[in-house]
Amino acid sequence: MRGATEDHPLIRWALVGITIGFVVLFLLLPLLTVFSAALEKGIGAAWEALGDPDALSSIKLTFITALIAVPLNTVFGVAAAWAVSKYDFRGKSLLTSFIDLPFSVSPVISGLIYVLIFGLQGWLGPWLREHDIKIIFALPGIVLATMFVTFPFVARELIPLMTDQGRDEEEAAMSLGASGLKTFFRVTLPSIKWGLLYGVLLCNARAMGEFGAVSVVSGHIRGQTNTMPLHVEVLYNDYQFVAAFAVASVLAFLALVTLTLKSFLEWRYADEIAAVHRH
Amino acid sequence: MSLVIDSVTKRFRGGAAALQGVSLTAPQGAFVALLGPSGSGKTTLLRILGGLDFADTGTVRFADVNWLAVPARERKAGFVFQHYALFRHMTVAKNIAFGLEIRPRRSRPSKVDIALRVKELLALVQLEGLGERYPSQLSGGQRQRVALARALAIEPRMLLLDEPFGALDAKVRKELRIWLRALHDKMGITTIFVTHDQEEAFAVADLVAVMNQGRIEQYGQPDAVKRAPGTAFVQDFISTSA
Repeated sequence: MRGATEDHPLIRWALVGITIGFVVLFLLLPLLTVFSAALEKGIGAAWEALGDPDALSSIKLTFITALIAVPLNTVFGVAAAWAVSKYDFRGKSLLTSFIDLPFSVSPVISGLIYVLIFGLQGWLGPWLREHDIKIIFALPGIVLATMFVTFPFVARELIPLMTDQGRDEEEAAMSLGASGLKTFFRVTLPSIKWGLLYGVLLCNARAMGEFGAVSVVSGHIRGQTNTMPLHVEVLYNDYQFVAAFAVASVLAFLALVTLTLKSFLEWRYADEIAAVHRH
Repeated sequence: MSLVIDSVTKRFRGGAAALQGVSLTAPQGAFVALLGPSGSGKTTLLRILGGLDFADTGTVRFADVNWLAVPARERKAGFVFQHYALFRHMTVAKNIAFGLEIRPRRSRPSKVDIALRVKELLALVQLEGLGERYPSQLSGGQRQRVALARALAIEPRMLLLDEPFGALDAKVRKELRIWLRALHDKMGITTIFVTHDQEEAFAVADLVAVMNQGRIEQYGQPDAVKRAPGTAFVQDFISTSA
């Protein structure tokens, strides 16, 4: 017997089957291929490839970039979300659309923007060269491009949450004598912490994995300005498949860690959202 | 030591007038109800008294100080919100203790004193034993009593209540307003109470200000207002909503 509103079992099984098939074919299989290609010549070869100075330098560069870009975007994201959700001002909806801009612009263009501004032929190029400041083909350019691409993650996560929570609790804190800082750290931050962590996680995943924007500004100097995704491409084009997939495995592994954390947060965060609505 | 509001005006962004010259005097310890339909400016006036909004012109004197020049967080005006505005991630006890715990070290009571004060306040609002609960685990009436205890914890000089029982059902409303009045009589804090429910206003307050379109239509004791409505609006408002 099936319930009045249930679909025919065949439809149900077909839908579930298609979903599983798709996930396996397009997501799981490629992921496994990455790991298996890395281990093709044994774990020793893969390990050795990772120990290569250029590979190590790319891993280091990726982490440094994320370590700078993510905290900055966390601060900017919270500030932007705060401004948009808690204040009324002219041009607010315009600002909100601008926050989303990096999502709709091709990453290559975001990279090019910085080349046009800071590159040798760019607006500030001559001045920067005179003062011996390197931005393009150096760490600052990579960080800037990464920040541009990952800017919306934290803000986008927080705006709906903070809008939903309103200003009541902050006003209550103020009337009880709390300063702005105390209100932020004791009232605002605790009530958005899970959403914030979630946004930071997504931001970090993208920061480590970004290819297009970084590729434009990096200059592909091996051992110096190649991040992990760029290094994978370089190795692959050199027919060093084991090495390429070994580095790719590190990226894939980081993605899996992110996914696990994300699932955990989603589970925690669901409670929080429910509490907000119960409140 | 009385409250003197003199010709307060306020315009919203976009130009709509929220308050068009409101004046009102209340003796120390009075219980004043601001009564009116939504959009009459009563909540705006309350928020100005609490420092959550600014007046465009006009003055407010309270206890012989220029009240509007005192920053909101130094006013010690206990504000109670319609939707409670409890800190959802804190326990009831932490909520009540908030106003004391955030004080600078010099003026902050000791942990023991704070705990003691929280206990007293929980007893005062008849919520003994619920200190470790979270707001989401309480009923609406209980939450509003927590909000009141939280406001009382800072020993407010003035109590400002914005439709405090608006989200509660009729029976709880009635119980709470009787309880609130008794509490007021015990503590003697000047209290301003915003409501759109005329029965509630007349039952609980010493003085009722009937507001409409940013003005006070009539201000006086409940009996006087009821007996002799001063304007057509008051007459109409009193006779319809009951």
